[in-house]
Amino acid sequence: MSKTPIYLDYSATTPVDKRVAEAMIPYLTEKFGNPASRSHSFGWEADDAVENAREQVAALVNADSKEIVWTSGATESNNLAIKGAANFYAASKGKHIITVMTEHKAVIDPVRELERQGFEATFLEPEPNGLVDIAKFKAALRPDTVLASVMLVNNEIGVIQDIEAIGNLCRANGTIFHVDAAQATGKVEINLEKLPVDLMSFSAHKTYGPKGIGALYVRRKPRVRLEAQMHGGGHERGFRSGTLPTHQIVGMGEAFRIAKDEMALENARIRRLRDKLLAGLSEIEEVYVNGDLKQRVPHNLNISFNYVEGESLIMAVKDIAVSSGSACTSASLEPSYVLRALGRSDELAHSSIRFSIGRYTTEEDVDYTIDLLKTKIEKLRELSPLWEMFQEGIDISKVEWAAH
Amino acid sequence: MAYSDKVLDHYENPRNVGALDKNDDHVGTGMVGAPACGDVMKLQIRVNDDGIIEDAKFKTYGCGSAIASSSLVTEWLKGKNLDQAMTIKNSDIAEELALPPVKIHCSVLAEDAIKAAIADLKQKQAA
Repeated sequence: MSKTPIYLDYSATTPVDKRVAEAMIPYLTEKFGNPASRSHSFGWEADDAVENAREQVAALVNADSKEIVWTSGATESNNLAIKGAANFYAASKGKHIITVMTEHKAVIDPVRELERQGFEATFLEPEPNGLVDIAKFKAALRPDTVLASVMLVNNEIGVIQDIEAIGNLCRANGTIFHVDAAQATGKVEINLEKLPVDLMSFSAHKTYGPKGIGALYVRRKPRVRLEAQMHGGGHERGFRSGTLPTHQIVGMGEAFRIAKDEMALENARIRRLRDKLLAGLSEIEEVYVNGDLKQRVPHNLNISFNYVEGESLIMAVKDIAVSSGSACTSASLEPSYVLRALGRSDELAHSSIRFSIGRYTTEEDVDYTIDLLKTKIEKLRELSPLWEMFQEGIDISKVEWAAH
Repeated sequence: MAYSDKVLDHYENPRNVGALDKNDDHVGTGMVGAPACGDVMKLQIRVNDDGIIEDAKFKTYGCGSAIASSSLVTEWLKGKNLDQAMTIKNSDIAEELALPPVKIHCSVLAEDAIKAAIADLKQKQAA
């Protein structure tokens, strides 16, 4: 019997791996020096730790450690990359930006901010499976497209975009290419020596590291320039000022080292669990998987349960910690914008659940979840007039509803 | 998302879930709301020859407050005549269930469902 609530929200955040926590602790107490202190061993010791972690982060994505800039997390990395590159290159290249409707808000909002500053943005609509059509991306490129930003792995539906193909188009067009990889590290192979990517954002806490630390990859060959967003002591070669949080950085380094060493085995185990969960939930009638199933990380399963309402569904499954496509705290029922962009109806978008599986998920957790969903969906459908109509063969989309 | 104990009780143990024969002359059916808005309520009442509501059943697609509102009105409706049923106000429902402001529309929908069921019944009986 699993201990409830069962955590199935690893895409929201992950627990810090105990090995990571252990590596961090000495840098809070004994080895507390400021890595920018050049005049004594406290500083040198901290600096060594920071540089070691930089190597570990670079190693996971096959980059040079000099290409890694520490930030407070993926949101800051995205802001630095998008605003920093757009503003630096606008004068020479132009003021058009391409991104995708299903990006994280930490990409969409910086782009919106640039629009307010006079940039023009194209938000590409993905295909119904969540993937960007490469031909449509190509058609959106213009001579003045200064920047494109496309995420590697989607946070809600887990689909993997064809970053290589998109990057090649950007290269040919002289467009800077940024990739948000917050959800990708430890889940998919990333080889920045080979990938045509200029800027890539990382987060520690999605990969069993601590919250509050992230990194931005900034390509050196060919060299990518950025306008700093945080000014001060000139840390991180002027890209991002602020005293480096040594313990957080050590944690991110150790977390990424573990990810590199254990990724292959871990992903195979997680895939087995996900496939089991999918098989179990597929025994329920009228369920729909959101997003492509093949071009997808094994950790994610996003499913809509037709004819049950999203908020009552979340109430019904309070023994599992999952994310919902329905923002139930807001007065205006606003379904997931990601699922809406895939063309899902409001009803299906509302009644979706994102299950995200991780390092500590067990087979018992998955069995429990399948049983819970089967029972609760049956109960809610017993209550649902829409389910009754569906059973009677009435096409609900053809009914004239009185909107209220 | 803090639900009152009464909402949780109705959500966990909904009263009078089910369906009555919608073709029966003594049965009135009200269906209100829309799937795209996140709530659909179906309320049915059956009256005896004296015009007293003998039975009430509901099915609701909606949040916990919507389920609780419709479950509660099925309890309230039984034993009332149609005029008494028409006096049930959304504010009574909201008060009984301690609904927060964002959930008031659930009680409004439940009141609408009562009126729609009664209107359907009267239309049938006039025919």
